[in-house]
Amino acid sequence: MLAALAGDAGAYRLLLSDLSEHLRRYYRRRLPESLSANADDLVQETLLAIHARRMTYDTNRAFTAWAYAIARYKLIDALRKSRHKQHVPIESVAEFLADEAAPDGPAGDLAAMLHTLPEKTRGLIYKVKIEGHSVADVAQSAGMSQSAVKVAIHRGVKSLVSRFGGKNDR
Amino acid sequence: MTDDLIARLAHDLKPVSSHAVAAHIASALAIGLVVSAGLMLVMLGARPNLAEELGSSSFILKVSYTLALGSLGLWATSRMARPGEDGRLALSIVPAVVGLIAIAALIGYANAASETRHQIVFGSSALVCPIYILALSIPLLISIIVVMRRMASTRPQLAGFSAGLMAGGLGALVYSFHCPEPGVPFVALWYSSGILGTALVGTALGGRYLRW
Repeated sequence: MLAALAGDAGAYRLLLSDLSEHLRRYYRRRLPESLSANADDLVQETLLAIHARRMTYDTNRAFTAWAYAIARYKLIDALRKSRHKQHVPIESVAEFLADEAAPDGPAGDLAAMLHTLPEKTRGLIYKVKIEGHSVADVAQSAGMSQSAVKVAIHRGVKSLVSRFGGKNDR
Repeated sequence: MTDDLIARLAHDLKPVSSHAVAAHIASALAIGLVVSAGLMLVMLGARPNLAEELGSSSFILKVSYTLALGSLGLWATSRMARPGEDGRLALSIVPAVVGLIAIAALIGYANAASETRHQIVFGSSALVCPIYILALSIPLLISIIVVMRRMASTRPQLAGFSAGLMAGGLGALVYSFHCPEPGVPFVALWYSSGILGTALVGTALGGRYLRW
């Protein structure tokens, strides 16, 4: 965290992914059955809070105690909200869900999906389907034959559809 | 998705000074004090015989009482800027300070001749005094709450109370440069009311604006 506060993005990334594992376990253990689906949201919310409020970390003290205090606050907050939510009419819950989906939007979802593919395939799909280069150009710069590029893209897209196709109808 | 978020946050990383909290609170304090003092000078004006009053025991009492409460509020608030803190030590001293002035007020009242008693309790500005203190505290309260919104208090209402205590104490300090009342009982009653009122406003604001 000290390196992160000084601006070392690599150290920060390591710290956050390490932390997200701890947080996920923590929330899965602490959330009641009915809320366990929210664990991942809560992890992200906590990471955001840690990022936005990182100046409140006192460098003379234990980092874990600070992170834990934030995690605990977010947990209590989530439990309190869930108690309120039971009294909220159903249409406003739908609005809330709609709001939740907004910040990421299609671009964020697309990037996340592409991320599940092997790097090489991802690069090819990105160049041809998103940046709009021709198959011939991409094949040349990648040192592959045109048909190999087409096949790789086809397979990549197919695997995306099989993995995420089910979610597209929401 | 979490990995994405982490990548985005790491990309957004900017260095943060280890004195950032203190610097933010100090700037809120400076802005609030300047506005509050400006308000006092423009709306009320410093008392005309301020220069000769500066060394008087009643002025010294007002300054030390308000400064004590304001500093305790500031101490508690800056503790509670960080998660998991409750500013317990600072807040536990507050009753002692209030108790001290209450005792001093009782002694002053007991020693006063009966015909001056009404004067040292109510003076000529008893009812407006708490209101002026509250008004002069508002700039301080707003600036500290704005800054505290970027902090991470896990006790929003208590942090709001402390912010109000700080603002009330320092607002009363500013007011004491205008206030012509000499009585210790007056200060104990009406200054305390104004400061407590500000602390209660702070509690309400904290519950509303310091959640995150």
